Amino acid sequence: MFSNMIIGRYMPGDSWIHRLDARTKLVLSIAFIFVVFFANNVIGYALAGAFTLLAIMMTGLGVGVFLRGLRPLVLLMFITTLLQLFFVQTGDVLVHWAFIKITTDGVINSVIVFVRFMLIIMFSTILTLTTQPLAVADGMESLLKPFKKFGLPVSELALMLSIALRFVPTLMDEAQSIMNAQRARGVRFNEGSLMARIKSFVPLLIPLFVNAIKRAIELGDAMEARGYRGGDQRTKYRVLTWHTRDTIAIIGFLIFTVALIATRWMM
Amino acid sequence: MTPIISLSHVTYAYPNSDAPALRDLSLTINKGEWVAIIGHNGSGKSTFAKLLNYLLAPDEGEITVNDVIATEENMWTIRDMVGMVFQNPDNQFVGATVADDVAFGMENRGVPRDEMISRVDAALEEVQMMPFADREPARLSGGQKQRVAIASVLALQPKILILDEATAMLDPTGRREMIALVHELKARMGNDLTVISITHDIDEAASADRVMVINDGELVETGLPAEIFANADQLRRFGLAVPFAEQLKEQLRLRGIDVPNEYLTTEGLVTWLWQSISTK
Repeated sequence: MFSNMIIGRYMPGDSWIHRLDARTKLVLSIAFIFVVFFANNVIGYALAGAFTLLAIMMTGLGVGVFLRGLRPLVLLMFITTLLQLFFVQTGDVLVHWAFIKITTDGVINSVIVFVRFMLIIMFSTILTLTTQPLAVADGMESLLKPFKKFGLPVSELALMLSIALRFVPTLMDEAQSIMNAQRARGVRFNEGSLMARIKSFVPLLIPLFVNAIKRAIELGDAMEARGYRGGDQRTKYRVLTWHTRDTIAIIGFLIFTVALIATRWMM
Repeated sequence: MTPIISLSHVTYAYPNSDAPALRDLSLTINKGEWVAIIGHNGSGKSTFAKLLNYLLAPDEGEITVNDVIATEENMWTIRDMVGMVFQNPDNQFVGATVADDVAFGMENRGVPRDEMISRVDAALEEVQMMPFADREPARLSGGQKQRVAIASVLALQPKILILDEATAMLDPTGRREMIALVHELKARMGNDLTVISITHDIDEAASADRVMVINDGELVETGLPAEIFANADQLRRFGLAVPFAEQLKEQLRLRGIDVPNEYLTTEGLVTWLWQSISTK
């Protein structure tokens, strides 16, 4: 039932972007969200669009995959765009019918919101599609390291994250088999009134929770038996290495940022 | 023969339970021995396993592992010596990939990375899981996950390997492969490895050097597999399965055929059958 989701899914490949360090991709994805807001005219958005398209082409996965990733969010984008269209009341009036008033500013704003939305989603999808979840977790740990000084338990958080990621498919399988088992006993999922639907999920959720707790206890035993005692004296098997291509990617992104800021004065 | 594990008058009760899970348990296991612990569900076998590496602390009595007394201060020393493989292949897989899981125990002990890499490779080689090093657990079979669990214990070079119903959730093929694997390891490491296998599986128990029967928290019987399994009535009384050859012997006896009293494996019974028929 979750098979259509593209968000958060990793697609194996061996492109230049695939081989980038997870830290680079994480930082750039976050930075992009802020940088996009510098664009305030057509040239700026064209530049941002071109940059995004270039990055997408470099993943070698094809634009279609990314467009499919937009699908679950189409409704949200549509609603936001409409809200902008109807509620921005400044500028020249284009259409005025009963209580509906569409203005030029409204149209411009809604287009801007739509384009920003698309760019940000497409760009962040690059991270999840080309990076193994585990590498994302490693990258986050390494980026959070400075906060250790302020008492943030970074290594514990990283362990929790990597265990959570490792158990996602296991728990999905389990949810599916509990659902089938309950169906065999006559529970109907996704049928009837809202209340009936909500109630039908109780026989799925309770066993799932109970089993998750059992799993946690057993996993805890297994971890202790293998000598886990937390803390900082642990060594790491998996290490991230910084390559020249990461520096190149960062420099490329900086050039893009500067160019984007420059477009603000071009019109 | 030097004892590696000894328990004297060990009692353990779970919090919130009336009856103790283990009562006045005293036994010794020798270095290099393969001991099978059998008993019905809830007889205290798994509690026994957890006491051996201080996942549980005894209420009374004393446990010694390789001359180290099991106390809270010695907890980590004991866990270095005792490796454990649990029943559920999914719930003991900590790492995100096979190699990560094997490395987990070494990470905990602060083993330097270079050494860790060579030991991960060696351990995976040993259980023939090398081609799967980068796989995620979701893409492995139950038997493969258990082999990874053995590899992650081996990477820590323990003196004692405890299999806590490690084959219970596997199919017959996976089960046979795993037992064969442990036999191979045992043959290679000889007296350096002591195996304690807690099991319901008669064939697994029959391949041990010694069998101990635990019933309702007490050690009721200990002896060679042949001695324990020859007594079908007693096995039934303790809620245990009777080996196939013994069941067949009983049926033959009911039909008036004079079969030998001592325990026979399936192969042994086949040999006896063709010998007795062809000499008639």
